[in-house]
Amino acid sequence: MRELTYRDALREALREEMVRDKTVFLLGEDIGRYWSGAFKVTKGLAEEFGDERVRDTPISESAIIGVAVGAAITGMRPVAEIMFGDLTTLAMDQICNQAAKICYMFGGQTTVPLVVRTPFGAGVNIASHHSQSLEAWFMHTPGLLVAAPSTPFDAKGLLKTAIRGNNPVMFFEHKLLYPIKGEVPEDDYTIPFGVADVKIEGEDATIFATLYMVHKALAAANELRKQGISVEVIDPKTLVPLDKQAIIKSVKKTGRIVIVTEDCKTAGVSAEVAAIVAEEALDYLDAPIKRVAEPDTPIPFSPPLEQFVIPNEKTIIKAVKEVL
Amino acid sequence: MPTKEKLIEMYRQILRIRHFEEKVYELYGQNLVPGTIHLYVGQEAVAAGVCANLRKDDYITSTHRGHGHCIAKGADLRKVMAEILGRKTGYCKGKGGSMHIADFSIGMLGATAVVGAGIPIAVGAGLSIRLRGTDQVVAGFFGDGASNQGTFHESINMAAIWSLPVIFVCENNLYAMGTRQSVVMKIENIADRAVAYGIPGVTVDGNDVLAVYEATEDAVDRARHGEGPTLIECKTYRHKGHSRFDPATYRPKAEVEEWLKKDPIPRFKAKLQEMQMLTKQEAEKLEQEVILAVEEAVKFGTESPFPAPEEALENVYA
Repeated sequence: MRELTYRDALREALREEMVRDKTVFLLGEDIGRYWSGAFKVTKGLAEEFGDERVRDTPISESAIIGVAVGAAITGMRPVAEIMFGDLTTLAMDQICNQAAKICYMFGGQTTVPLVVRTPFGAGVNIASHHSQSLEAWFMHTPGLLVAAPSTPFDAKGLLKTAIRGNNPVMFFEHKLLYPIKGEVPEDDYTIPFGVADVKIEGEDATIFATLYMVHKALAAANELRKQGISVEVIDPKTLVPLDKQAIIKSVKKTGRIVIVTEDCKTAGVSAEVAAIVAEEALDYLDAPIKRVAEPDTPIPFSPPLEQFVIPNEKTIIKAVKEVL
Repeated sequence: MPTKEKLIEMYRQILRIRHFEEKVYELYGQNLVPGTIHLYVGQEAVAAGVCANLRKDDYITSTHRGHGHCIAKGADLRKVMAEILGRKTGYCKGKGGSMHIADFSIGMLGATAVVGAGIPIAVGAGLSIRLRGTDQVVAGFFGDGASNQGTFHESINMAAIWSLPVIFVCENNLYAMGTRQSVVMKIENIADRAVAYGIPGVTVDGNDVLAVYEATEDAVDRARHGEGPTLIECKTYRHKGHSRFDPATYRPKAEVEEWLKKDPIPRFKAKLQEMQMLTKQEAEKLEQEVILAVEEAVKFGTESPFPAPEEALENVYA
């Protein structure tokens, strides 16, 4: 099958949806013909669809999302780009108080078909304001859906589902994933939210991992396999809705779980997954739940400092061995 | 000058708002209104003067002090009242309440209780109009307090650079909660801020229905013809406190008295009579109709059931 980068898969989804549906349009800082987005996801789209539908905005994150909300409740399907996930902080009211709550507080009178694309993740030495992973904040806000694709295939299929749906979707990418390649069909396909992937089956322990950590978990699993340890790796693909049953089913099979995420440990994504396992599958556990996450610090700049805080293959392997 | 029909319609709207709000005040005195209330009494000329220029398919966005905006845009009094009373038959099935009323069937895109948060949403509706290629317009209502939010700056700038069909209506009632405008702004006229965005800004007497109407008429005309946004500042005054239990003691007595003399309702009534557009009998008949309609809304609201508790779990997602 044809291979595409994660970046190109995202662009293909945007392009195909813009061709299919005239109400789909893009807005964000430097996404247009002059820069094509900080990570080049929108390259060529302004040339093809024009500056009206691929709209460069002022540096005004709050208004970018607010404008997208206003357009979404009046017949359009905006896809807003926030250049770095850290900058969602500037638009929190519009995301969490407006987009997330409008359907509910107006009694279901309107829907908010809005997608907010933004990259998270550390590892490229750009320090505390461009490297965070803040997924948990949005999981904690009812009304939002949260997607977190780890492969080019998932990126394209989930983005199409997000654009076609009627709920606000926080679509989290990872800046280290943009160049990775994977198989992507040329046909039109969508991927349902709330259905996890079992990336590899295993018997001895389950690793739950998200975004770029899926790839580190897979590398760790391959290494462990060489040592005779069989690990099952689960990628939820979407955090809201979260495929609880897939997690519980795997824990029932392996009796052990290591949760690997790139956000801070305290009240993070890993805490929620651990709570689900504790509430719904405690009796099946043969060892305590183990979490591999970032320590509760901002992301530091200097390479050795930064590498120290990001979970890696070694820390994952160590955690798996601790639960065996 | 608006047509006679339009003039009478505006008079009817300010009366509807006044009687409705006075009734809400009375009902919460009887503990029938849960939570808090931000009454529009005193500011009626703004909503009526602006909305008289709008078509049913035009949009408005509103604020925590939003009952008047809903009513002027044409909302059903019964469903507004039922929502304020937390009933299932309200516009939002009891999920929004006084600060979150919306009626999408008449382009009322909802009230937000976060000060300044509705301004970018109004601009988004304006962008949507542009992209869909219709000739609708949007009026975004907000207060003097909201004009100090970042959203005010970000939103007006965006609407200006893209020439969107948005009328920014700043209701300057001189106080953001208990804080006087002079404490939080160096300028006297908020409309002066329009200069910074390269758009027209006008300050009008917000207690004069005709002044508001005429300023909005120009702004709507420009917006419908692709000439971009306008900032209209309407100087007005709330007759009651900020919210439910606020006696508004921070306002000097003389100032309150001065503004009560400028009450938009007797002023407009006298003007209409002077223009020989409204006889005493017609005025009485009209007011009786309004009182009956408000009574009917109260009856509908108070007799409506509360939602079932588990309905709290519905509508989180579409």
